Amino acid sequence: MKYKDYYQVLGVERDADADAIKKAYRKLAHKYHPDVSKDPSGEEKFKEIADAYQTLKDPDKRAAYDQLGRHQPGQDFQPPPDWGKQFGDTQFSFYDVDLADLFAGLAGGGQRAGRPGATFKMPGQDYEVTAHISLEDASRGTTVDLNLTVPEYDEHGRLHRVPRSFKARIPKGATDGQRLRLRGKGGKGAGGGPDGDLYLNIALHPHALYRVSGHDLYLDLPLTPWEAALGAVVEVPTLGGPVHLKVPPGTHAGQKLRLARRGLAKPGEGDGDLYAIAQIVVPTVLSERERALFKELADGSSFNPRGHFEQEMKNGTRAN
Amino acid sequence: MEREQTDAVWLDDRMALSLAELARCSCLSEDELRELAAYGALVPNNPQEAEWTFSGEMVLTVQAAGRLRDDLELDPQALALTLTLIHRIRDLEAQLRGLRAQLPRRQP
Repeated sequence: MKYKDYYQVLGVERDADADAIKKAYRKLAHKYHPDVSKDPSGEEKFKEIADAYQTLKDPDKRAAYDQLGRHQPGQDFQPPPDWGKQFGDTQFSFYDVDLADLFAGLAGGGQRAGRPGATFKMPGQDYEVTAHISLEDASRGTTVDLNLTVPEYDEHGRLHRVPRSFKARIPKGATDGQRLRLRGKGGKGAGGGPDGDLYLNIALHPHALYRVSGHDLYLDLPLTPWEAALGAVVEVPTLGGPVHLKVPPGTHAGQKLRLARRGLAKPGEGDGDLYAIAQIVVPTVLSERERALFKELADGSSFNPRGHFEQEMKNGTRAN
Repeated sequence: MEREQTDAVWLDDRMALSLAELARCSCLSEDELRELAAYGALVPNNPQEAEWTFSGEMVLTVQAAGRLRDDLELDPQALALTLTLIHRIRDLEAQLRGLRAQLPRRQP
């Protein structure tokens, strides 16, 4: 079992009083709570902070923690002999639990679901995992392998971390940030209480071509100046395979061309749309022939894309 | 060995949960949930009826409420205000993601 210095985690001295511990916890909780923090590692940091507070705020658990002695954070250690008996009737298997499991299981910390012999109904703990899937899998539905390590009591009442693996079928229609529930796949209930649920957060892998907004997709569509000016039929990649898109004459940069129902499938019925955003791309290296044609166009065209500058300047002068 | 396979279910408006089911998802009591509804932080599908039902999306709201109550020791009014602000931030983030998706990735 790895040692964690709970005083260091909360940034308090070992002789800090309960008020100082509470203040330190609240300050850190405001910063790292996963429901309010934007720190990507906030959830992990908050778990450590919450574990530290749950132990140090309870005088009995704090005394038990202090009895573990001082070790380097991350260092492997064993509690002193009879430590478990001294602080409760809980039996531990110390090699496959972490420090938080140890203190959650201590007497005085409340009955924990999943413990044999519970005399009242208690639902199992809910768990949450993130499934990273591709856009293509989100659109057509997929199956993901889930591998969890969860705390569970064995038939002798000893706490262990046990691996649980199963497959979860994700129906078509997922998009970034959506959540699904797998009923009864969380922690085991106690005393006849129901098992907890497992919540699945969907995170889409970034795609080389498409950007996602809900169930709509956005794609950059590079066009030559002559395709944009004259109109063209161009091939566009979609999740369902390439399609031909008619680009109207006079298309300008930034214009959105909609391909209806070519986005991500929605849950149930319907599909999002795919938007191709026109980008006018000019060749950086010109052949002699191309240069001559562009020159001919420049000489023969009266088109002035900056005509409004002059007009606005005149308006501005009048306004002054 | 063949792994057990389970169907995942969307938490959206096609799922209807009772107040008791929502309470179980969040570790909040039914009274606490009623108080959150009274402050407008939790919206039933059928506020005029005696037996409320809630969209599956509300599971996320009440779970956040349960965590915030336990971890930050917030009272129901502070909890309702925090949830309302979190919702507003989530909406703005979704709008921002939508607008960012429309920005060109490669510069010609």
